[in-house]
Amino acid sequence: MSPETKRSIPPPTETIQTKPFPVRGERANYVNSPHVIAMVGLPARGKTYISKKLSRYLNWIGINTKVFNLGEYRRHATSAYKSHEFFRQDNKEAMAIRTQCAIDALHDVCYWLECGGEVAVFDATNSTWDRRRMIHDFVVKKMGFKLFFVESVCDDPQIIEQNIMEVKVSSPDYQNMNTETALNDFLLRIEHYKEKYQPLDETQEADLSFMKIYNTGEKVVVHKHEGHIQSRIVYYLMNIHITPRTIYLSRHGESEMNLEGRIGGDSDLSYRGKLYANALAQYIHQHDIPSLRVWTSWLKRTIQTVTTIQAPQERWKALNEIDAGICEEMTYEEIAEKYPDDFAARDQSKFTYRYPRGESYEDLVARLEPVIMELERQGNVLVVSHQAVLRCLLAYFLDKSSDELPYLQVPLHTIIKLTPVAYGCKVEHIKLPIEAVDTHRPKPKIPGTLDEKFKRKNLATIVKVDVKDKS
Amino acid sequence: MVGLPARGKTYISKKLSRYLNWIGINTKVFNLGEYRRHATSAYKSHEFFRQDNKEAMAIRTQCAIDALHDVCYWLECGGEVAVFDATNSTWDRRRMIHDFVVKKMGFKLFFVESVCDDPQIIEQNIMEVKVSSPDYQNMNTETALNDFLLRIEHYKEKYQPLDETQEADLSFMKIYNTGEKVVVHKHEGHIQSRIVYYLMNIHITPRTIYLSRHGESEMNLEGRIGGDSDLSYRGKLYANALAQYIHQHDIPSLRVWTSWLKRTIQTVTTIQAPQERWKALNEIDAGICEEMTYEEIAEKYPDDFAARDQSKFTYRYPRGESYEDLVARLEPVIMELERQGNVLVVSHQAVLRCLLAYFLDKSSDELPYLQVPLHTIIKLTPVAYGCKVEHIKLPIEAVDTHRPKPKIPGTLDEKFKRKNLATIVKVDVKDKS
Repeated sequence: MSPETKRSIPPPTETIQTKPFPVRGERANYVNSPHVIAMVGLPARGKTYISKKLSRYLNWIGINTKVFNLGEYRRHATSAYKSHEFFRQDNKEAMAIRTQCAIDALHDVCYWLECGGEVAVFDATNSTWDRRRMIHDFVVKKMGFKLFFVESVCDDPQIIEQNIMEVKVSSPDYQNMNTETALNDFLLRIEHYKEKYQPLDETQEADLSFMKIYNTGEKVVVHKHEGHIQSRIVYYLMNIHITPRTIYLSRHGESEMNLEGRIGGDSDLSYRGKLYANALAQYIHQHDIPSLRVWTSWLKRTIQTVTTIQAPQERWKALNEIDAGICEEMTYEEIAEKYPDDFAARDQSKFTYRYPRGESYEDLVARLEPVIMELERQGNVLVVSHQAVLRCLLAYFLDKSSDELPYLQVPLHTIIKLTPVAYGCKVEHIKLPIEAVDTHRPKPKIPGTLDEKFKRKNLATIVKVDVKDKS
Repeated sequence: MVGLPARGKTYISKKLSRYLNWIGINTKVFNLGEYRRHATSAYKSHEFFRQDNKEAMAIRTQCAIDALHDVCYWLECGGEVAVFDATNSTWDRRRMIHDFVVKKMGFKLFFVESVCDDPQIIEQNIMEVKVSSPDYQNMNTETALNDFLLRIEHYKEKYQPLDETQEADLSFMKIYNTGEKVVVHKHEGHIQSRIVYYLMNIHITPRTIYLSRHGESEMNLEGRIGGDSDLSYRGKLYANALAQYIHQHDIPSLRVWTSWLKRTIQTVTTIQAPQERWKALNEIDAGICEEMTYEEIAEKYPDDFAARDQSKFTYRYPRGESYEDLVARLEPVIMELERQGNVLVVSHQAVLRCLLAYFLDKSSDELPYLQVPLHTIIKLTPVAYGCKVEHIKLPIEAVDTHRPKPKIPGTLDEKFKRKNLATIVKVDVKDKS
């Protein structure tokens, strides 16, 4: 490993270091104890939605998180679901099964946390004092982990019905019923739970740490939260909303440096890049997107891409392309020649590799966290940024691992349209009909191998093509 | 603000204002008590605050109106956030504020209520900031304390805490017993979100923050900025002296934070305490000027050198950062510092200037010129509404890296010229023998 490569990897410390702490690449710390986040609430209150979204966010910022859904344990333990009768409070046999499932799930939670997991989200109704007391005794008293309850309280029948239609009627429980029957059965299921529902109570359960979210965030109560992770979770959950909206991601138009096969720098748009800027503005205006905001980086090529779009614009330094340090403005061929060790090292571990004097993808995720937080709070947004940055943002929305992230496809002159739906995001790639170079470098079999297309002789051809376009 | 007297409203107002100004949001506090002191003759006793004292009531209501007018005037003239620090303890008063601020002026309104029923905390507040207030300059401590407690009783008669049914259209936050429980109702917008997050993370448990630069480095000796060099001989002496100081003082649950650069890590190797590395604590990135001396920069990039002197806070090194960028990347550090107890932060000149500006409420003009000499521990102890500062210079010599604001932008101080630096290097060699 060259001395320069060594410098790019954070030095090992003589400190007490067990596991890496939250914010990626930035901090090394002795770890806090593992956390269990337990959901609370009647069915169709958004518990699974919150669980999955929270888990996606925590994993993205580098906290190893997993969701344990009690419904899945129940489906696994019993024969095919027949009707809401299973959930009657006086159905002793079913109750025994359900309690056993809860115990099994908790065991899995603790096993996972002992084996390196940092946060486990226990997604269940947990709607009685007794159940929560049992969880506390097991997780805190016996295992010594931290426990935080998140309760979703909702009495708006419209929201509840919308939830049921979006995610319940299509659940495995109802595959043999039609929509109408499923809806009614589920509403009766909720009634059974309501009989014994005991919302989190700060007098009765004064020793518990918890958060109550009312009507998707209109009001929030936080009780005895402690520690950095719980603080971040509270902040995140206070900022998300479920109002429908669309996020558009796009790279800048093709730039002069793209044509030369160079990375980084701050160049202008090429001729084709300017065509894309016009096409993008046309697309945006055609679709008449309500209250759209446009975000760009501070580099010229993104700003030039949006000059003709009629919408409030914001510039974010955090959206600037990854800093390639000593490799700025070089072609991949030049990097492979001049710094072969670094070039190979990057292929071996593209997510954590930090360019000397520059950044790693891991650093990018850390600096993009405020962007994600603000995106969660906003409505319709068009983000015009760069390849590495968009890969990080896309990984957040599509729940991609840190292995997949640096190899996500984000071609030039393509709008990526993200629409939140059910528990995830619908993705559409809209390629506008303007040609551009391909800057994607897939993971090579042998680290350090340079693809044909990045070699100088091949780039020259592309430049000639561009000159032809101008005439 | 909303709440009975001695519930920490002014503490929260000032702290919040300091934080918002530091992150670049132009904020000012308007304290109603000051308006009252200005409008009336010298304070005599708690009788002024009796609910049936009509004359006093009229004065107090007029003060509130005057203060609100000043608030709105300030917001119209470029202010971004105004903190109205008063008890605002009735529905009527809050309705009046809402009608004026929101309906008439079109601004956003957010109430922050501090609720506290722990008599110990209340008495501590009174002793720390009330008995020394201008109101009580002619009374002894005992009398002042009793008078203030009676003052609180008058307010209690008519106190109506924020009510989400009665005042369902208001945006507000209720903090119970200094943060044990927090209720947030209809908060909207980025600033309110940040305010809620900040107020949820602060605490009033006594603790101390120690700031220090790394020990003198090899590049310091050469007068070069940036880079990632090792400690010089004298720097290593400082590292030992620092560890000794820390161990002597037996600081409970101390945590040590450093950057990822070698010189800070080397400075703390012998300190027995859990350590954390923060990339955010790395020195300001001087871009194309990294590892150059000021003399070289003045020769090679004279325009940049002069531009930086004209506007040191916003000037960004080409391919590098500005102090303004630093503040942005240090915000998570500040947030985490607020949550922690005793912490020793070992970092760099520009970074410590930013942190110090936050704790000591320095403006962006003063920030880039704050003194943070090498081999000096800066000890910060929260007290009353601010921070007590102590500079503890450990007895090990080091170069002086401070460059004050020159009268003419672009002038290079004598001490940074090559001929003068050579002398310092010789001194170091002497030390080694």
